[in-house]
Amino acid sequence: MIKLENLCKSYNDKVVLNNINLEIADGETLAIIGGSGSGKSTLLRLMVGLIKPTSGHIWLEGKDLAVMNEKELDEIRLHMGMVFQYSALFDSMTVGDNVAFGLREHTDYSEKEISAIVKEKLEVVGLPGTEAMMPDELSGGMKKRVSLARAIAFGPEIIFYDEPSSGLDPIMTDKIDDLIISTQKRLGVTSVVVTHDMASAVKTADRIAMVHEGELIAVDTVDNFRRINEPRVRAFLRELYIDEGVQK
Amino acid sequence: MFVRLLEFIGASVLELLYFVGDVTLLFIEAIKQLPVKIRFRHVLNQMSHLGVDTLPIVSLTMTFTGMVMTLQIAHEFIKMGAESTVGGILAIAIGRELGPVLVGVVAAGRVGSAMTAEISTMKVTEQIDALRVMGTNPTGYLVVPRMLACMMMVPILTVYGDMIGVLGGWLVAKYYSGISTYVFINSISTYTDLNDMTGGLIKAVVFGGVIAILGCYYGMKAPEGAEGVGKATTKSVVSAIVVIFMVNVLLSMIIY
Repeated sequence: MIKLENLCKSYNDKVVLNNINLEIADGETLAIIGGSGSGKSTLLRLMVGLIKPTSGHIWLEGKDLAVMNEKELDEIRLHMGMVFQYSALFDSMTVGDNVAFGLREHTDYSEKEISAIVKEKLEVVGLPGTEAMMPDELSGGMKKRVSLARAIAFGPEIIFYDEPSSGLDPIMTDKIDDLIISTQKRLGVTSVVVTHDMASAVKTADRIAMVHEGELIAVDTVDNFRRINEPRVRAFLRELYIDEGVQK
Repeated sequence: MFVRLLEFIGASVLELLYFVGDVTLLFIEAIKQLPVKIRFRHVLNQMSHLGVDTLPIVSLTMTFTGMVMTLQIAHEFIKMGAESTVGGILAIAIGRELGPVLVGVVAAGRVGSAMTAEISTMKVTEQIDALRVMGTNPTGYLVVPRMLACMMMVPILTVYGDMIGVLGGWLVAKYYSGISTYVFINSISTYTDLNDMTGGLIKAVVFGGVIAILGCYYGMKAPEGAEGVGKATTKSVVSAIVVIFMVNVLLSMIIY
């Protein structure tokens, strides 16, 4: 379970996140939506421990990430996976080496065992036989899928997705959404999806949280979220032209 | 006007202190990461890059430096009838100062800049964040192998550079200044001892560390965007060269 308690983040005098309180249950998929610059990516980076909050707590399995040192964070991050907005694949390594990275760093598996896991994870994301390819030979959608394969290779309990559909066409976006759903079902992981794509949020999530100008203004199940009368939520939904007709 | 000048001086001093502090912390973190895990394959890869990238330019730089040094020394010393000291003076100059400093400067330009460019690109494309998310310490993964490779390879290149420099000097001494090979070599063995070489090698180890730490530091601190990568690369090379010259004076005072 992830629990954010009175979480605040400021850069100098600029308040990016203000008093965020949120709970994410085990096995749940939560989508965090919001406009550009709303603070949703900052929220994600706080949950992964990439940045420290100005105040407040980030509880993960009863441990507070806000007070952990880098070594403790490294240990807890072994239970996490993350799909980055621009994939963040290591461009000097092959696809296979990217997926194998965590296994080589943190396990004593033989190369044969690692190869088998890499092969399996690439098949899961629909990219069998791409082990020898370099990241610059892949399309944006393929990079996202390799990034997901890398994130699940180590068997995480929580997967964070930072704008998984960013820069992708609608068909590829749909495929990535399907992968998020199938990964959650197959592995039973907790998923946190940060997105500005309401259609993706509705399709993939159990609940949706909306961040607006650094504040968490709404959290509810997908069905209820679409009926919220909060003016800023309605404005965001109208802006995205999907107020009606999006079905999970 | 005076207050502004004081403010400017104060701000510059503070900036320098922050820089020294940050670099020192990165070095300490790298030392702390040493016992955690040494990725020997990465160290060897970095050593191979460093050697391959730098060897041709070290050869050229040291050959011509040895040649021009001999040209100048021989020109003056032959007039005084001291041609028997030319080889020794050249070997001392190269072994103690020119070899390590010039190899350090060449490595800073060739390898330090590449390190900064590579690491800063990794930073702006979130690859360093990806390392952290996968529970891998970026200092241990990126800085330690580069630091070890530089601290081992710069001395090796310095030994090679010293030999090439003396060889270049010998060519000029024999074929231009008319000093015989026997006199040249005899002069080297008379005036030099092992300390001249080991002192230079100690310097080279330190310069290797300076190049790697500054190259990685500027890479990790690079601002976002292509312009940020370019600026970080330039700063890395300039800083490494300046620090090499400054540290060289200090080390010369201590060692000799």
